[in-house]
Amino acid sequence: MNAGSLAERVWRSLLLGLMTLFVVNVGLLIAAVATSSFAKRWLGTWLPEGWTASWYSAAWKEFQLGSVLWVTIEVVLAVVVLSLLIGVPAAYTLARRDFPGKRALMLLFLLPLMVPPMTYGIPLATVLYQAHLGGTIWGVILANLIPAAPFVILVMTPFVEQIDVNLENAARVFGAGTGRMFVHVLLPLLGPGVLAASLLVLVRTIALFELTFLTAGGDSQTLVVALYYAVFAAGVRAPQSVDAMAMIYMLVTLVWLLIALRFVNPTQLVSRVKEQPQHA
Amino acid sequence: MAASADTYARPAFDRTLLLVVPAAVFMLLLFVYPFLYGLQLSFRPKEGGLLWNYIHFFTTDNLWPTIGITLKLALPATLINVGLALPIAYKMRVKTRYQRVVTTLLVVPITLGTVLIAEGMLLYFGPKGWLSHFLQLIHLYDGPIRLTHNYWGVLISLVISGFPFAFLLILSYITGIDPVLARAAATLGAGPGAQFRHIYLPLLAPGLAMCFCLAFVQAFSVFPSAVLLGAPAGPTRVISIAAYEAAFEQYDYSLASAIAMVMGFVQLVIVAAVLGMRRVFYRGPVSGGKG
Repeated sequence: MNAGSLAERVWRSLLLGLMTLFVVNVGLLIAAVATSSFAKRWLGTWLPEGWTASWYSAAWKEFQLGSVLWVTIEVVLAVVVLSLLIGVPAAYTLARRDFPGKRALMLLFLLPLMVPPMTYGIPLATVLYQAHLGGTIWGVILANLIPAAPFVILVMTPFVEQIDVNLENAARVFGAGTGRMFVHVLLPLLGPGVLAASLLVLVRTIALFELTFLTAGGDSQTLVVALYYAVFAAGVRAPQSVDAMAMIYMLVTLVWLLIALRFVNPTQLVSRVKEQPQHA
Repeated sequence: MAASADTYARPAFDRTLLLVVPAAVFMLLLFVYPFLYGLQLSFRPKEGGLLWNYIHFFTTDNLWPTIGITLKLALPATLINVGLALPIAYKMRVKTRYQRVVTTLLVVPITLGTVLIAEGMLLYFGPKGWLSHFLQLIHLYDGPIRLTHNYWGVLISLVISGFPFAFLLILSYITGIDPVLARAAATLGAGPGAQFRHIYLPLLAPGLAMCFCLAFVQAFSVFPSAVLLGAPAGPTRVISIAAYEAAFEQYDYSLASAIAMVMGFVQLVIVAAVLGMRRVFYRGPVSGGKG
């Protein structure tokens, strides 16, 4: 009995130690970028010699962050709206109907999440450049929709499934067509699910690097791609202005992540989850 | 309930099915078509016969070793991520006050993205970073540490960006398993270890295999951190760098597509092996909790 509880205690503190190690190191990693972005000069000492906020205005001008942020907003909004328009009706059909070829269709929607972006991104970029869409903002939006639309479908299907079919039948009994039933019955009930899905797509699209990198041209870069090029060419510019840009990027994602986490259970970030009823 | 959709007479053609058409057309146009296009493009090389690109890939010194280099990074990273995530997620399955806080803390790195993690690691793990200072302060290691611009830097960044993903996925599988099963086992005298081995682990097997595959796919396509944190000319010249160079530096889209196809194939082999292994070790109902 004693030996068992001792082993258990050792095991528990080992796990706690590992988690602390991870969180502390990631936290310090972020803190290092933050410190550097406010540093006058920082060369191999614990703390920089002086503090300044001027790197932020420098980064803003140097990397044309105004236009980059604007492109990012346009891309992300377009991806969220279009993926909802494509994904929600498809999720509804997949949740409610059985039809021949349904399994094949599910596979078609799962594959883009299983194949890494680099593998299909390169043929996709080739096709987009042939259609004269490569390098434009439309090419970037289309490319980002490929993982986003199936993601919406996967998140929304269980949401639709949990809505009682009888509500729809009742609406039909009173003479509502599919369109009216959708607007007056389903949409209000689907509200929380739609909100969750759109926030998740938003956070993922801001951070998605590979597809944007492969399809973006000079004036259609999003924030994460601009940051990559800044770090890639780090020797040319003051490291502090690159760090200032990294901080701006992180603040943008963190704000949205925190908003998302208010409405969404973190486990929904990666997979479809049916909420267990808390009060049965 | 399930049959309620059929309780009233349906018209010969169910118009609801039309709702799935836009999504299907979209995926066919932008995912399947480019993929097939890339496949046939890979068989039409700039010069030489049908298989020239593939022969070129497997006979060129800076191309075929990229498979091994990528696997050498992706497999350990995936094993570390899943191996760490399993016990931690198992610990966090119980709903406590801290569950939400801890999961939130562990989620943050997902949204940082690989590029920001790379930039942060260059500062923090660099030879003059805080970690190096700290290790010298406590006299654990006095020399300059070398954790950036080599294999280890890329591996660490893969763990930082991949662990939260594996953790969340496994957590969502574990919380789907009914705790009543474990309590029943406890009534019959099973200790915590036996409960985990005989109740949770078999029910988790399908989820674990899935998680391993997804985490592996993510690690296998490593690109930004291999360039920024690794040594992209040598030890961390991963396969996506080779594909990118062929497409956007040599403008040989045919060769680039061939490399992308090889990449997809290797991945498929590993995924199939893992799913096959699950079948050997575990025979039983396919799913233990939520589907």
